[in-house]
Amino acid sequence: MTSSSILQSGGISMSFGAYKVLDDISLNIAKGEIVGILGPNGAGKTTYMNLLTGALRPTGGQVFLMGEDVTRLDTAERCHRGLARTHQVPKPFLHMTVFENVLVAVHHGRAVQPANPVMEAWMVLKETGLAHAANRTAETLGLLDRKRLELSRALATDPKVLLLDEIGGGLTEAEGDALVALVKSIHARGVTIIWIEHIMRLLMETCTRLVCMAEGRVLADGTPEQVVEAPEVQTAYFGAAA
Amino acid sequence: MSTPSLTITRSGPTAHVTMTLLAIAAVAIAVIPFVLGVAGSGRAVALLVYILLALMWNALAGFAGLVSIGQTLFFGFAAYTTIRLSDAGLDPFLAILASIGIGAALGWVTSLFMLSLKDGEFAIGMWVLSSLAHLCVNLDPLIQGETGISLIQMNAYALETRSALILWLALAVTIAVIAAMLLLLRSRTGAAITAIRDDELGARSIGVDVLRTKRIVFVLAAAGTAAAGALWLASASNFQPRAFFGVQWTAYMLFMVLVGGLGRIEGAIIGAVLFFAIETWFGAYGAWYLVGLGAIAVLFALLLPKGLWGWIGPRLPGEAIPTGYIIEKSDI
Repeated sequence: MTSSSILQSGGISMSFGAYKVLDDISLNIAKGEIVGILGPNGAGKTTYMNLLTGALRPTGGQVFLMGEDVTRLDTAERCHRGLARTHQVPKPFLHMTVFENVLVAVHHGRAVQPANPVMEAWMVLKETGLAHAANRTAETLGLLDRKRLELSRALATDPKVLLLDEIGGGLTEAEGDALVALVKSIHARGVTIIWIEHIMRLLMETCTRLVCMAEGRVLADGTPEQVVEAPEVQTAYFGAAA
Repeated sequence: MSTPSLTITRSGPTAHVTMTLLAIAAVAIAVIPFVLGVAGSGRAVALLVYILLALMWNALAGFAGLVSIGQTLFFGFAAYTTIRLSDAGLDPFLAILASIGIGAALGWVTSLFMLSLKDGEFAIGMWVLSSLAHLCVNLDPLIQGETGISLIQMNAYALETRSALILWLALAVTIAVIAAMLLLLRSRTGAAITAIRDDELGARSIGVDVLRTKRIVFVLAAAGTAAAGALWLASASNFQPRAFFGVQWTAYMLFMVLVGGLGRIEGAIIGAVLFFAIETWFGAYGAWYLVGLGAIAVLFALLLPKGLWGWIGPRLPGEAIPTGYIIEKSDI
């Protein structure tokens, strides 16, 4: 493990019964990276994220967060240590307002309570562009705004590492550009980002590094250009289209 | 340059009206001993006990997602400890208060192993614990099995005096429980409880300590349900284990909360008032009364699955019992 490693999975594996979803994934994420993870459906990307955050316990291997073995810690404890995520299918608190959704995250997601939680929650909504909907209940939001709320809540926990699970689906060209700018500005504050995404353009424009997964293994790992041009990636990921 | 400001409000006109109505209701109940006498006081205690049971079952099922069919554990055990402590020489009113504390303690101990159980296991597990407590109580020679025993120590007070005191104690406990629920739901922990109600996984992933939060609700529900049991005993003055550990109480709790509206304090109160009204008017019809209750529950499940408050609440301009935050204005 290098000294700059902020999140690391050591030989992590996951099986559901006899079905092996992830096989010996070892990745080292350095502080300050924006790592994109791509791969065909069923590659194990979301399972991998669930193992990193503690939503699932791996059947083998370990997870380290800032050098600490967090494999046995649950999601909430990892969140307090600075690891936040968004869910591919948003999990809003439907009967609370957008503002209250974010305020819960400020109140409970941080290791240290801020002096003014209400203001912190408001600033997050300003940043993600949801402030106009602050008083609406989450059930009235459409899918795009629900994804924004997911991101807002994750940010409200003041993360050091942020895991994004397909927040870019269904965006228009302009909305995609805005998302890229937002992710870059979050990154500029010193947040390390891991982003699972199907939309290649978003990853190419944002990431400093790409990892391609297929069938529970890492196929390629490098700069976006290297990974996209790797022959095994061409076959696994674009094979169907060719 | 002015400092940026953000104005939030946590209450509104609807809340003020509701609080005024609740205060008027509390005063009306408090003067019942002078107006309606002993019989009226007894019925009012019944209403307050129903409200307590509905509030507490709603807190468990509606907020913490803990569906228990064995809350009679706390209801029955508190009645038993009230008998036991009174028999040991404690003033019966102090015995009631002590039993509420014992109920909370029993809730905390129970939570240590029950909260790790999953939905169905938890529900049935609570019922098993309640049945177990029922059996153990029957083993106490003082209780004489299902023959039961009277809270004779209450006879130290004249009938009019004790019926009024029991009612006022029940009223004070109910107000305290509603206030506690309101303070809790408006606090940091309360927002976490509401978040768990809406999406437990989502709450977990933003750092909410789900187990700790559920434990707080569970212990509160244990204390409130114990209070209801001790007060019911004081009012009925006769302790027969079957009448306190019986499964009918679970059915009543379910009925009140589902008809009133799961997950809202207002719903629990309305459900309890409705149940009380139905019992008052139709309770004498025996089996047909129970058939009617069942039919009403089925109708609500089919036509108004969110209960009465699920229909009324969204039609009001703001929350009746306010727990949320509204952003008024901001220049940021």
